[in-house]
Amino acid sequence: MLEIEKLSAGYGPIPAIREISLAVPEGRVVSIIGANGAGKSTLLKAVSGLNRNKSGRILFHGQSISNLPAHRIVGLGLSQVAEGRQIFAHMTVADNIQLGAYLYYRRRHRAEIDQRMDQVYAMFPILAKRAKQIAGSLSGGEQQMLAIGRALMTRPKLLLLDEPSMGLAPIVVQEILRTIETLNGMGMTILLVEQNARAALQIADFAYVLETGQVVLEGPAAKLLNDPKVKAAYLGG
Amino acid sequence: MESLPFFNQLLQFIVTGLTIGAIYAMVAIGFNIIYNVTEIINLAQGEFVMLGGLVMVTVHVMWGVPLPLAFGLTVLGVTLVGVLLDRLAIRPIRKPSVMTLIIATVAASIIIKGVAMLIWGKSPYDLPAFSGRTPIDLGGVIIQPQYLWVVGFLVVVAIGLTWFFNRTIYGKAMSACADNPDAARLVGINVRHMVLLSFALSAAIGAVAGLTLTPIALMDYDRGAMLAIKGFGAAILGGLGSFPGAILGGLVLGLIEALSAGLLSSGYKDAYALIILLAVLFIRPSGILGNLEVTRFKRF
Ligand SMILES: Nc1ncnc2c1ncn2[C@@H]1O[C@H](COP(=O)(O)OP(=O)(O)OP(=O)(O)O)[C@@H](O)[C@H]1O
Ligand SMILES: [Mg+2]
Repeated sequence: MLEIEKLSAGYGPIPAIREISLAVPEGRVVSIIGANGAGKSTLLKAVSGLNRNKSGRILFHGQSISNLPAHRIVGLGLSQVAEGRQIFAHMTVADNIQLGAYLYYRRRHRAEIDQRMDQVYAMFPILAKRAKQIAGSLSGGEQQMLAIGRALMTRPKLLLLDEPSMGLAPIVVQEILRTIETLNGMGMTILLVEQNARAALQIADFAYVLETGQVVLEGPAAKLLNDPKVKAAYLGG
Repeated sequence: MESLPFFNQLLQFIVTGLTIGAIYAMVAIGFNIIYNVTEIINLAQGEFVMLGGLVMVTVHVMWGVPLPLAFGLTVLGVTLVGVLLDRLAIRPIRKPSVMTLIIATVAASIIIKGVAMLIWGKSPYDLPAFSGRTPIDLGGVIIQPQYLWVVGFLVVVAIGLTWFFNRTIYGKAMSACADNPDAARLVGINVRHMVLLSFALSAAIGAVAGLTLTPIALMDYDRGAMLAIKGFGAAILGGLGSFPGAILGGLVLGLIEALSAGLLSSGYKDAYALIILLAVLFIRPSGILGNLEVTRFKRF
């Protein structure tokens, strides 16, 4: 579904990620793990079109999206839940969710929009309770749910998640992981970026390990869980 | 009976102050719309007001187009200037910093002023008041009918914007760009379109301010800068970025001006306004209704 070939990207003359190649097959959960500064977010920003200082090929459904701006890429069904939640903090929860439907917000799509909203609220009942509240006043976990809910409103076929567990209590992390599994069970393809390697490898089918901007290891998640190098570096021995 | 005329005079100053304040409020709202989406202080905002007045003079007085149609055409024409300002001065800048963009708006304001001088010359123009100039006498206080139009349009603009930003998806998308531009991109909002829309909206509101002001205070090519300064002062006073703040700031500034001119000395009315402005900012740097965190110039 997503194929990346020799992608380099960065913020100045020196790329932060170099010649990364990876694939996300339809229906799978693929994970990218790596330490702080490894280039995980840079990779996702390049894929989503937020970072346009890049070279290499990015194919989505076989179509090149390397040169498209971010707002066009979302419309193709590739949605990112960015690092640090990135909600519209000064707007209400309901407005945040509604804006997820920005690209097809027309009267004739009313029924679909309502149905998707109901799905989001069913998945995260707490958001329904807080619908009229300013999003910035939600707890960290609720904000993460809102960010995921808003992304689901964009009609995604592929969901990119950048460290959804960051800064959350273990029980909330488990809840988010279960949500990701549920989404995957419903047919959503997922690319999950995590520092929390144990959590990511639990639910992923396949994983890549990123170090200083390059893929240093890849393989089925179950295999990486038992890989001595991964154990030593990312799973705490 | 000695105190009554003074009291009436005071009320008279207040009426005048609120009217001119309503104009400042509209200019301040124009500043805020663009500032909220882009963090740019559009120093060409005053030129929109000037153009609103002068284009209306041409369309309504010189071409004889009836008032409502002339109103629409003028607002449309000035809106187009706002669109061109974004397309020709803002968007082409390759590595934009907020500072370079603000300087671009200064350059644009000089060009707009120059072109206006070529078209309309240097003399001021008058415009017929929308419903005549027969004053309304309210127990000794004289109200020009045009005053009511000015305040009425401020109310319409305020209600319109409240509806736009709270009820329409485009209004919410504009707020979203102001809130978190990258997140806005990730839900499919074309931030450039929203910037364009902000310039168009600001220009339209500036035009309304200009064409309602002209029957009261005349209009010439050179008025933009002063109006921009007053409008900017009002925006700062109320708290940069806040719409209720813009209205409050505009009205307060207008009142200070009218009262100080009437009661003290009209020669220094601009100075009094400035002194009060500085005093308020000294006590409350974020303005009356501003929020320091939001108001801080994030990229300077
Ligand atoms: N906006 C930016 N401007 C310049 N350099 C940046 C920027 N964002 C990230 N970098 C640099 O790019 C490199 C990769 O950063 P990136 O954010 O992709 O890492 P990451 O793997 O997501 O880290 P983390 O786990 O901490 O989120 C780092 O060296 C970082 O300093
Ligand atoms: Mg990151």
